[in-house]
Amino acid sequence: MKINQKLFFQLGIVILFFGLIGILINNLTINLIRTGLGINFSWLFKPASFALAEHPLPYSSSDSYAWALFIGWLNSLQVIVSSLLLATFLGILVGFARTGKNSLLGIISAGYITIIRQTPLLLQLMFWYFVGFLGLKDNVLIHIKDIFIISNQGIELSGFKLSSEFSALLLGLSIFTSAYIAEVIRGGILSVPRGQWEAYRSLGLSERKGLISIIIPQALPAIIPGLTSQYLNLAKNSTLAIAVGYSDIYAINDTIINQTGRAIECFLILLTSFLLLNLLISNSMEIINRIIINSRKYN
Amino acid sequence: MEPVVVAKNLTKSYTKGLRALDNVSLTVNQGKVLVVMGPSGSGKSTLIRTFNGLETFDKGELNILGIKVDSTHDEKKIQKIRRRVGMVFQQFNLFPHLSILENITLAPVNVQKRRRAEAEEYGMYLLNQMGIDSHAKKYPSQLSGGEQQRVAIARALALKPELLLFDEPTSALDPERINEVLDAMRRLAEQGMTMVVVTHEIGFAKDVSDQVLFMDSGKVIETSPPNIFFSNARHERSRKFLNQLDKH
Repeated sequence: MKINQKLFFQLGIVILFFGLIGILINNLTINLIRTGLGINFSWLFKPASFALAEHPLPYSSSDSYAWALFIGWLNSLQVIVSSLLLATFLGILVGFARTGKNSLLGIISAGYITIIRQTPLLLQLMFWYFVGFLGLKDNVLIHIKDIFIISNQGIELSGFKLSSEFSALLLGLSIFTSAYIAEVIRGGILSVPRGQWEAYRSLGLSERKGLISIIIPQALPAIIPGLTSQYLNLAKNSTLAIAVGYSDIYAINDTIINQTGRAIECFLILLTSFLLLNLLISNSMEIINRIIINSRKYN
Repeated sequence: MEPVVVAKNLTKSYTKGLRALDNVSLTVNQGKVLVVMGPSGSGKSTLIRTFNGLETFDKGELNILGIKVDSTHDEKKIQKIRRRVGMVFQQFNLFPHLSILENITLAPVNVQKRRRAEAEEYGMYLLNQMGIDSHAKKYPSQLSGGEQQRVAIARALALKPELLLFDEPTSALDPERINEVLDAMRRLAEQGMTMVVVTHEIGFAKDVSDQVLFMDSGKVIETSPPNIFFSNARHERSRKFLNQLDKH
């Protein structure tokens, strides 16, 4: 392509981009003028006057909207971090079962991955909430001497309680994401050449030792980028909390929009929260990736 | 003395009608070198890979160093065999994330539970024997193909094996690098190592081997001493194969 043509196309794209943004800003201004609201954050410090079922820090309805949002953010963080850990654990188990020698485990994990990936997450969350927990009614599913109880109240582990909303969200997000993580892990393992397996086997190393010392270190660089994108998806998918009535940041924002009509401010807050959260996740993963790459002394 | 390798009627089929191994029987005695030749797809790699359990077989019996294996592929027995048999691959298969010395000490430390210092000392001795001790701290990708293959031989020797298997050890090398590997193998043969070598290197087979086994379509066509095989092969199929090799 000639330089003139290239310049023409690039100019076109720039004009299109700014044109689109201009239209959006124009719409926003017109709407703000029409409703007579304007952008204003002073309402944040007024009392929220709604209750929250779950709050890791003290909260009452006389606390401010800002505090309610912060509680929501903490709730989100709580469910994201715990789902992330559980999903990784499950994903590793299923991923290895899928690649391993045992054909029965292989079939079971392939079935798990297929079912989980082929159905919508929203449906799965509803399933865990209504069928899994609320479906228990007054019945208790598992009761081991007051140490571990699963009932319609959620999960209780020696005095440490998880609400049924949190539990459903935790299970739903973890299981859904674990199916994708399992595939990422399988892909990483398969990226290691066949000869590496034959080499450690011919040296008499056990399968466990070979996997830990030979295969996993070579599979990790291929696993980390895929894992990062699954973590980011999990964080964003946590906003489906609203479906099971868990007070995450999205659900609280939704309530606030209904009460105050401050949709634009709330969306800005939401956008910034998730941007920060996901930047945190992707940067942490980037650091892990760097450590792995720097510890490699080969190409 | 009991032979090191005895194979009786080994048979392996992938699909009906196609046999990777067809009733293969052979014996390798202590200190002898058996060279396995044949066109590609004749089953020679499959054959030597059954000797340390990297390939299974459907029928027949194997006796490696007195350990008997049949088609049930008993993991415990295979593991015992692997501790006493070394293998060198066409593609070297060194561990890219470990240094040369770590590649060599991995099995002695983890399988034989030897002390690291002792394993390293013996590893350095082996690298010295292979003429590559100056590379001990380097990583496989920093070495040439010939050097990598000599590391692979040292790695196979680290467990002090009683049998060495070579699966086309020079096929992936540049022509000018082939001899450094063949020379190392020649020295091992002179030291009395029992070896089974799949190769197309006629010179090596003529000089070093005690027997040449020629395979085609999974069958053993003939087993002859090299002087007979290369000058006056008994079988028409062998002579045809040797003619083809000469043209290259």
